[in-house]
Amino acid sequence: MFVGRETATAPLCGKSRHRKRAFFWLVSLLLASLVWFVSVRLSDRGDAALQRGLLGFGAAVSVLLQELFRFAYFKLLKKADEGLATISEDGRSPISLRQMAYVSGLSFGIISGVFSVINILADSIGPGTVGIHGDSPYYFITSAFLTMALVLLHTFWGVIFFDACEKRRYGCLGLVVASHLLTSGLTFLNPRYAASLGPIFIITLCTGLWAFVTAGGSFRSLLKCLSCKQEDDSRVMTYSALRVPCED
Amino acid sequence: MTELSAHLPQFQHGQLTENFPDNHLSNTNDNSERRRHDNSGRRRNDNPESETNGQPQNNIQQVVEQDEEEDEELTLKYGAKHVIMLFVPVTLCMVVVVATIKSVSFYTRKDGQLIYTPFTEETETVGQRALNSILNAAIMISVIIVMTILLVVLYKYRCYKVIHGWLIISSLLLLFFFSFIYLGEVFKTYNVAMDYITVALIIWNFGVVGMICIHWKGPLRLQQAYLIMISALMALVFIKYLPEWTAWLILAVISVYDLVAVLCPKGPLRMLVETAQERNETLFPALIYSSTMIWLVNMAEEDPEAQRKATKNSTYDKQAPANQTRNEDAEADDGGFSQEWQQQRDNRIGPIESTPESRAAVQALPSNSQTSEDPEERGVKLGLGDFIFYSVLVGKASATASGDWNTTLACFVAILIGLCLTLLLLAIFKKALPALPISITFGLVFYFATDNLVQPFMDQLAFHQFYI
Repeated sequence: MFVGRETATAPLCGKSRHRKRAFFWLVSLLLASLVWFVSVRLSDRGDAALQRGLLGFGAAVSVLLQELFRFAYFKLLKKADEGLATISEDGRSPISLRQMAYVSGLSFGIISGVFSVINILADSIGPGTVGIHGDSPYYFITSAFLTMALVLLHTFWGVIFFDACEKRRYGCLGLVVASHLLTSGLTFLNPRYAASLGPIFIITLCTGLWAFVTAGGSFRSLLKCLSCKQEDDSRVMTYSALRVPCED
Repeated sequence: MTELSAHLPQFQHGQLTENFPDNHLSNTNDNSERRRHDNSGRRRNDNPESETNGQPQNNIQQVVEQDEEEDEELTLKYGAKHVIMLFVPVTLCMVVVVATIKSVSFYTRKDGQLIYTPFTEETETVGQRALNSILNAAIMISVIIVMTILLVVLYKYRCYKVIHGWLIISSLLLLFFFSFIYLGEVFKTYNVAMDYITVALIIWNFGVVGMICIHWKGPLRLQQAYLIMISALMALVFIKYLPEWTAWLILAVISVYDLVAVLCPKGPLRMLVETAQERNETLFPALIYSSTMIWLVNMAEEDPEAQRKATKNSTYDKQAPANQTRNEDAEADDGGFSQEWQQQRDNRIGPIESTPESRAAVQALPSNSQTSEDPEERGVKLGLGDFIFYSVLVGKASATASGDWNTTLACFVAILIGLCLTLLLLAIFKKALPALPISITFGLVFYFATDNLVQPFMDQLAFHQFYI
């Protein structure tokens, strides 16, 4: 009775999409850790500078892999979107690519943020003194801010990335990857927080504006949203006019 | 997606003429005294109409194609809905288990082992430990296999009373004894002063309501909540009493067993599911988590005992919001069940008294009475064993991992993705499928990978406060 066609689009709704994306991020993290692990094993343990360098190398690989997986996810979503569009009633898929981009970025951000911060949060409950061995006493608060910035950045990058892939603007793509690398690199300046937190937040703001413009927002639409004007949506009227009255 | 689902049922109203098969993700579980055996199977009601619908040799080709398209859309939409419907209980179960493991130290303390795993893991050499854990896993799996075969044999020879008694004893044990221990340990952890009388009252009420909800009738949500709670309790017992390597080995082997038992033609679970389909019965609801009420309409019931059991197992609850308001009105009017509601209930879940007339009436029911059944209420079923073993995996990960929350989270995501994929396969194949293999494989891979590879990396990064 049911033709078993491509039902890969079935779980791609709502929460399950978040789950799939989180999964992709995890896989990218896994591969990056594998690379780092192998490199650490092959290297000299005693050399601290080398270890730090290897950590940096691992982080760079991880960033690149994340972007690669984001791209792979974009491809997967494109295919699914086409599938959804062909079987839907009006030839359009029910989820726009922009929504998918947003959800994709958000899930990446959430899983990345959670992975970065959850152990710190768990430790912050227990008894202890921050920075007792000479490290910065602002560790927790800066971690919180950095994680927030990262989550927001991932969301914005998701939007811009998908849009750039859709319109084949590879310059924008490169810019996204570069800004990710830059952000990650800036965190290597910790604990000099003035040098790292400030620029990261500036980057977050700029990327946010860029994403807003890419998603089609403008100053006018922002004003309209803020003034809470009810827009007359004629499409809704059409649907309700065509709707068959439900028989209970 | 929600807008589509809103107006599609109306679109379908005039055209629903066949009995849509339930997309079940059912795993039958078998309770022994101290643990559940997990048999995963999903099941589809084989109705004669569904077999004819697939035939393309039809004069009205376009109608068939249109039906197929609509069916596909339904598959897609309800596939997605089913995924969400199962995510919530699985997540809840895992959350309860992880929360308990993290707070109550009783379940991570080593207090001996079960008799099913007699070999200890406190050995001098790694080789000895490996050997012991392999032996433990082998014993456990063979016990599970024996119990499953016993269950299938009992079911085949219609020893329903024995099965029912077995299930009742195990749920009694779980609902009273294990929850008493759990409550005691929680009180100890939080240093709450409690007297025995209050505890007796609490446990008595909890247990009795649980027995009623699970084995008889009760509100759907309450039944689901109880099933989740007993799965969590069972998982906690496993986490406490299974030593580490044994636990991982058992998880791995049981997913292989699950695959074999459900998909092989002579597998015990497959036979169980097929026998249930032949007799047109539902499998034991005490062992299966169902996201909606079980539909028993249009069943050819010749066996009065089975029918009685089947009707006993169905839980009454609202089907569509419209029906519920009607029921509530009826009940509010009389303070009891009105004739109209009773008639409706009889039409839906089958007559309570097995009289030939009522049975004939049920069978003679026109199939377009199904149109008032909200297609969104067709639920998915997942066996309790799946809940248990998913929770065991996540619980063990949170108990013993050095990466702590990262590992737990990774396993959690992996299991849910596995569940997602399994549901996708269910939507494609539409027959009983094992729910354990994919999720457990992902979970195990992610556990070991995260614990050994990702955790040192993230640890170093967090130490220096680097972000990736």
